[in-house]
Amino acid sequence: MELVLAIGIGIMTGSGVWLILRPRTYQVIIGLSLLSYAVNLFIFGVGGVKSNAAPLLGEGVDVSTLTDPVPQALVLTAIVIGFATTALFLVVLLAARGLTGTDHVDGREQPK
Amino acid sequence: MSGWQQHLIIAPIVIPLVAGALLLFFDERQRVVKAMISVVSSLALAAVAINLFRLANGGDFEGVYLLGNWPAPFGIVLVVDRLSALMLVLASILAIPALVFALARWHAAGAHFHSLFQFLLMGLNGAFLTGDLFNLFVFFEVMLAASYGLLMHGSGPMRVKAGLHYIAVNLAAALCFLIGVSAIYGSAGTLNMADLAVRIGEIEGERRMLLEAGAAILGVVFLIKAGMWPLNFWLPGAYSAAVAPVAGIFAIMSKVGIYVILRLSLLVFGQGDSAGLGLNVLLYGGMATIAFGTIGVLASQALGRLASYSVLVSSGTLLAVLGLSNGEVTAGALFYMVSSTLTIGAFFMLIELVERGQDAGASVLAVTMEAYGDADEEEQEVEIGVTMPGTIAVLGTCFAACGILLSGLPPLSGFVAKFAMLTGMIGTEAVADQPIPASVWWIVALLILSGLAALISMTRAGIRTFWASMEGTVPRVLVMEMAPVMLLIALTLMLTIKAGPAMHYMEETVRNLQQPGTYIDAVINARRAGVAEASGPDGGGGI
Repeated sequence: MELVLAIGIGIMTGSGVWLILRPRTYQVIIGLSLLSYAVNLFIFGVGGVKSNAAPLLGEGVDVSTLTDPVPQALVLTAIVIGFATTALFLVVLLAARGLTGTDHVDGREQPK
Repeated sequence: MSGWQQHLIIAPIVIPLVAGALLLFFDERQRVVKAMISVVSSLALAAVAINLFRLANGGDFEGVYLLGNWPAPFGIVLVVDRLSALMLVLASILAIPALVFALARWHAAGAHFHSLFQFLLMGLNGAFLTGDLFNLFVFFEVMLAASYGLLMHGSGPMRVKAGLHYIAVNLAAALCFLIGVSAIYGSAGTLNMADLAVRIGEIEGERRMLLEAGAAILGVVFLIKAGMWPLNFWLPGAYSAAVAPVAGIFAIMSKVGIYVILRLSLLVFGQGDSAGLGLNVLLYGGMATIAFGTIGVLASQALGRLASYSVLVSSGTLLAVLGLSNGEVTAGALFYMVSSTLTIGAFFMLIELVERGQDAGASVLAVTMEAYGDADEEEQEVEIGVTMPGTIAVLGTCFAACGILLSGLPPLSGFVAKFAMLTGMIGTEAVADQPIPASVWWIVALLILSGLAALISMTRAGIRTFWASMEGTVPRVLVMEMAPVMLLIALTLMLTIKAGPAMHYMEETVRNLQQPGTYIDAVINARRAGVAEASGPDGGGGI
């Protein structure tokens, strides 16, 4: 499972990095979204990958059967913040499109 | 120590949060009410910051605040020591003039200026206070989200374009921040800075490599924020596009990155096997930044860009000097940070006033308005208040003061700061009997050359603006806009007069930073309210 997770993170990061280097604002925002998914999975992964394990400590429960709750809390916060900032970026992107008349990141088309 | 003083620690976060939220309830048309709330909040913030500063300077103040009353490595802590108190005071002192300047006209240029301004202060203060890495991320995002809004305040294609680049760069940086933080958590199992400093000694082999990689990625984020070359191409565009009061308060935002680097490098990477991690990057990167900034300063046509490149020179100087990791030099660097932040803040606001008389587009607009007898002009004059008498003389004096401060000439604080740093590098007895390394000579040369470049550029701009101006139009400047600039310059003057006590404080700060044991002990052994022996009236929330 670790391997699948690692490959998934790698593919998403690679695609994300390629996309944020593209000249269109829409590509940049999709790239940033992909990167943030990859980062969220990465945060989730640093706690150790376990399936069917609760992050709650109960009476008489063996600690080794638990997952680490901290990365889960971190990833929740990261998702919320990432979502909000991406939404904000989307608004700016639309404003830039409206004001400059182009979706190029520099606000003007490159001379051909 | 009484209980209410302990609760002062969280006030710099709560006051702007409450004020910013309260401001949202008022319509944009109730401008006076909004301005009042914002001013009251900023004044309260300054009072709290100065109080904390005095407590921290007193020595025996236990500046640790356990959020939710959880014991230290598990819950989030806020910590006030000399360094964070200094940064709090600097932020709140810079905020008041910026706010007053904005009240004259800029706060009406768009929606929610005051709320965003308060949230920016909240993010700044939180970043200075927190003792937890993930909490630092949250406050960074609060600060950045507010700064996105403020940067685009006043709108227009140029600001939106600059904002687009700024947001894209900072979103990418935020993702790196998360990668760094989670790599550190994955290897050390803690996010509390003090706890991390304790545990770093026990981490071996691959885990240490992961930890160092995480710390390095984290460092890149702060260097983006601080504007180290080659991570700083976004900065001149963004800072020169922002409206004047916003650019003024942004002067401290690039110092947040420097603050965190200083804090982490001395607390976590001060001693042990990973000691001095990345110091060379700071040293050479900082030197490259000074060189880049200096060339930028010389090449700038517009004053706004000149000021933005001065931010880079200031950041580069701080980074290079921190890279030397020499206590005495670091104390000088702290003094330089205070002086240059105040100067650049004043300069950004001054530029707007100076260019008001000079800007071709604006003067055309003014002529048109006169010709067609626009009624708005009259109305505004009544609404806003008194214009400044002897405008050109005052503007010119302030401009000259900024030039002297930026280039580090006597008699103002820019000189004291550079002198303190240079003395630490080449002038003390400790370094007299051993050869001075080449890198130090390079920094000395770059420091002096960057001052020369600032002097040349400022002189050139001053002559063009004040002496060679053909039109003979005097910009209409209000007292309310001139006073903040004069206040900031007066503060640098005070810093010059009180240079002795100020330097003493900086030296004490650096001494504290170099002995992280006190900080670590204070955080780890922080008493929970209402749990240990009866510690006073602050027992609320006891478990």
